[in-house]
Amino acid sequence: MSMFNRYWRIALGVVVIAALIIAPMYLNRYGLFILSQWAVMTIAAMGLNLTLGYAGQVSLAQGAFVGIGAYSAAIMTANGMPLIAGLGVAIVLCFAIGWILGYPALRVQHHYLAFVTLAFSTLAFLVFRNESWLTNGIYGISNIPRPTILGYPTNRPLPFYYVCLGSLALVSFATWWLIRSPWGRAFVALRENPVRALSLGIDTRRYTLMAFAIGSALGGVAGTLYAPLTQYIDPVPFNLSLSLDLLMMVIVGGSGFFFGPFLGAMIAVLLPEWLRFTQGYYLMLYAVAVILLLIYSPSGILGILDRYLTERRTKAASALRAVAKSGLEPAP
Amino acid sequence: MLDLLIAGLATGAIYAIVAVGFTLLWQTSQTINFAQGEFVMLPAFLMLAAMHVGAPFWLAIVIGMLLSLLLLGLGFKMLLVDPMLRHGVLPLAIATMALAIGIKEAVKQFFSAEASPFPSIVPAGDISILGRQVALQSVGVLALAIAAVVGLTMLLNRTSIGHQMQATAQNPTVARIIGIPVERMILMTFLINAFLVALASLLITPIYLAKFSSGEVLGQAAFIAAIVGGFNQVRGAIAGGLLIGVVDNLAAAYVSTQYRAAVPMVLLILIILLRPQGLLGRAEERTV
Amino acid sequence: MKSGILAGILLATMTAAAALAQSGAPIKLANVAELSGGGATVGTNWKNGIDLAIEEVNAKGGVLGRKLEVTHADSQSNPGVARAQVQKALDGEPYVLLGPGYSGSVKVTAPLAAEAGIAQIMGGEAAELTQGGNKFLFRTSFGQQSSMPKVAKYINDEVKAKSVAIVWVNNDFGRGGRDVITKEFAKLGIKVAADLSTEAGQADFAADVSKIKAAAPDAVFIYLNEEESARILKELKRQGVTVPLIGETTLVGQKVVELAGDAANGARGHVGLTTDAPVDLIKAFREKFSKKYNYVPDHNGLKGYLAIYMIKATTEKMGKVDSKAFADNLHGLTIKAASEPGILMDATFDKNGDIDRQGFLVEIVDGKQIIKQVLPKLN
Repeated sequence: MSMFNRYWRIALGVVVIAALIIAPMYLNRYGLFILSQWAVMTIAAMGLNLTLGYAGQVSLAQGAFVGIGAYSAAIMTANGMPLIAGLGVAIVLCFAIGWILGYPALRVQHHYLAFVTLAFSTLAFLVFRNESWLTNGIYGISNIPRPTILGYPTNRPLPFYYVCLGSLALVSFATWWLIRSPWGRAFVALRENPVRALSLGIDTRRYTLMAFAIGSALGGVAGTLYAPLTQYIDPVPFNLSLSLDLLMMVIVGGSGFFFGPFLGAMIAVLLPEWLRFTQGYYLMLYAVAVILLLIYSPSGILGILDRYLTERRTKAASALRAVAKSGLEPAP
Repeated sequence: MLDLLIAGLATGAIYAIVAVGFTLLWQTSQTINFAQGEFVMLPAFLMLAAMHVGAPFWLAIVIGMLLSLLLLGLGFKMLLVDPMLRHGVLPLAIATMALAIGIKEAVKQFFSAEASPFPSIVPAGDISILGRQVALQSVGVLALAIAAVVGLTMLLNRTSIGHQMQATAQNPTVARIIGIPVERMILMTFLINAFLVALASLLITPIYLAKFSSGEVLGQAAFIAAIVGGFNQVRGAIAGGLLIGVVDNLAAAYVSTQYRAAVPMVLLILIILLRPQGLLGRAEERTV
Repeated sequence: MKSGILAGILLATMTAAAALAQSGAPIKLANVAELSGGGATVGTNWKNGIDLAIEEVNAKGGVLGRKLEVTHADSQSNPGVARAQVQKALDGEPYVLLGPGYSGSVKVTAPLAAEAGIAQIMGGEAAELTQGGNKFLFRTSFGQQSSMPKVAKYINDEVKAKSVAIVWVNNDFGRGGRDVITKEFAKLGIKVAADLSTEAGQADFAADVSKIKAAAPDAVFIYLNEEESARILKELKRQGVTVPLIGETTLVGQKVVELAGDAANGARGHVGLTTDAPVDLIKAFREKFSKKYNYVPDHNGLKGYLAIYMIKATTEKMGKVDSKAFADNLHGLTIKAASEPGILMDATFDKNGDIDRQGFLVEIVDGKQIIKQVLPKLN
């Protein structure tokens, strides 16, 4: 039974991956742009999922970290450096800032990280907007080049989509490895039972901080892809509402589930696009859909699935038990 | 300097009213309402709609208040909060974010994307205080806000309903055991919040204008005021609101207009580091 | 009997088909604008202007006998979303692309339209937009590079101010205007006494005005949106600032007068495009617009309206619907209000896609806009 289930899962995974690789060849430029956007937002949401879903901390600054990543990429590439250099700077910067923000906040109280990151989000926006010497202020940075990888330019929509998809794959593998590593288990232990984790000798604060800093760095990674994707950035898209959107993606997808961010980003990026045929009503319908979904399943889409699978498993188990029981009973 | 203080207090009084409602919801039902700003924006439109169909201003205010109690108090609690409450703080908070988008879009779609003027219950013009010209509107806003807050404090501290509400806020389980109708008390806080946002709407819309987006700035300011004030104390929220209003003005005058929004944030971070329970808040037990 | 009906239907169908063939399929236009988010007021005005003009044009038989048809897409006031929506619009191969209104969104989308060879008629006012050699981009209003020098000249020649305080809203509109006029002041030797940035949606201007007072300038230049303009005018009056207050379209519009009351009296400014202009065609436009949408449009409503008539005039001049030749034909074109009333005032488009048109210097007296001076069209 469980073997069968496992094969199904692998088959589903192969089909989805194949679809993500092959289907875009038949999409127009708009479709490719939206799918690339989905990949980028998924990376940012995966980072937040580490912070929220695995370490149990609310961050209201993931959008600001995406902004820091985007500005690193834009400024570095505008000065003739390769995108990979921007990526390095973004990761180091976001990790360090995450550490510096989280350290004092987590020292005082559990949920204060949310408040500190809220404040940071606003501060980051003001710096992007006011420090014109660095960020070109409200005018933004235009003509951000797309990278050339192994001598192959990715200016066209399709190659750049593969850059985004490839990055998503790399980040997914890294996260997958991290969660299954002893570190990742420590994160989960933390979320499930901080007191017990503490009594087992896990330095809770350090691990929480680590999860937050790594999550923030992934926000930076998403940003370094966002900049060459739109090829123009200004401060406005990185304000608090992006952070709130990303939080929504994680919760709606299913926080603490590995594939939650994939589905959450799909809802946040693709659902409004599907609803656009309703013209002026599309954002209203989107809001209603999110509310209904959360009322129906507060643990997100994967929460529904999880509930359904658990039910089926218990049913199957009791059926098995019944069979076993009847087998044990002597024939009449 | 005096001008700045008075103007800052008038703005801060509005933040305070909105922040108080915010804190009340958090205390009694662990609801973080990200749509609080939109809750302030909406009643003005309900009143405008009532006037549009021919109601005089006073009747429109009554209708707006009643609809606000019905929609933002009762409706909000029964349709959104009740089904989600037992599933933790975060999904509900996210749902209120979606609600904020929904309200904004609905107002834009069904009313207008334009800012509409809104009649003031305080007459226009200035009065002279200590030799300074002060807008009557600011004085009126401040006076009404103070009256609302004093009234609320009296209700909470002097009446038995108030005591029951406080008990509910502090420990619902114990409150239930000693026979307090906890459910009714929670509903009461939602109605009080609905009343406060409608009042705030009435007071500030003449200044902010009725516009679908005017809740954004206000909601965020109230949220920050609540945190600065301690998040778990009504008087903390009031102090937080007034402080944010004044600090914002002083920052613009003496620090930098470009970074005026940063100063309250820095203040917030400092308060969290130095006085994590908030200005007037009690230390909350760690929930771990 | 039955066959008679059948024949009738057949005949009717054939006539209809013939009519359709004669008039041709509708001409497809695509509009991408700020319909939600921070720019929703701008985008909604722009969209309503477009819809009104299309309704009029179609009621009179369309363009070259073909109806106009437009799709509206919302950019959420976000350049990233604008890019996606423009991409989508261009994938549908429209005749002309309309919008966006925010300069940032124009910057990110203009290269796409140029690459597709489709003309883009937009609402952005930032100076740099038309200076990058893009052959497909057109304005519907003065860029800041042409309106600000007029204001600076007025402040220098007429007001004779030696020092000026500048108050601007810190978004791409306000910042752009502030940067251009600061340069102009430097050329004229006018000192900037105070340089104050404000936030969009700001309600409390007490601190900004007290800074102006402290700087004691000869004049104040105000470059904010209408709502904030009204609030700062009230605060200036309250704190007793009496020096000349000078601005642009957004300081002296009817909406500001409505909101600020008598605090608006004495405010002066340069007005490029306003529904208050003393031109009969504009008054008629304003009437039609307010009747249809129940509110008085701002200049963005006018811009959207003009965009459609720019398309009509250009297409009729070409005598054919040719997307590729459109931009070439609009460059250097002069559209006269006498022959195309929808353009409201004579307008000429230069090789950069900038517009040249009459402007006005106005002052608010007793709650009414009084024209002090008409600034003639350059060519």
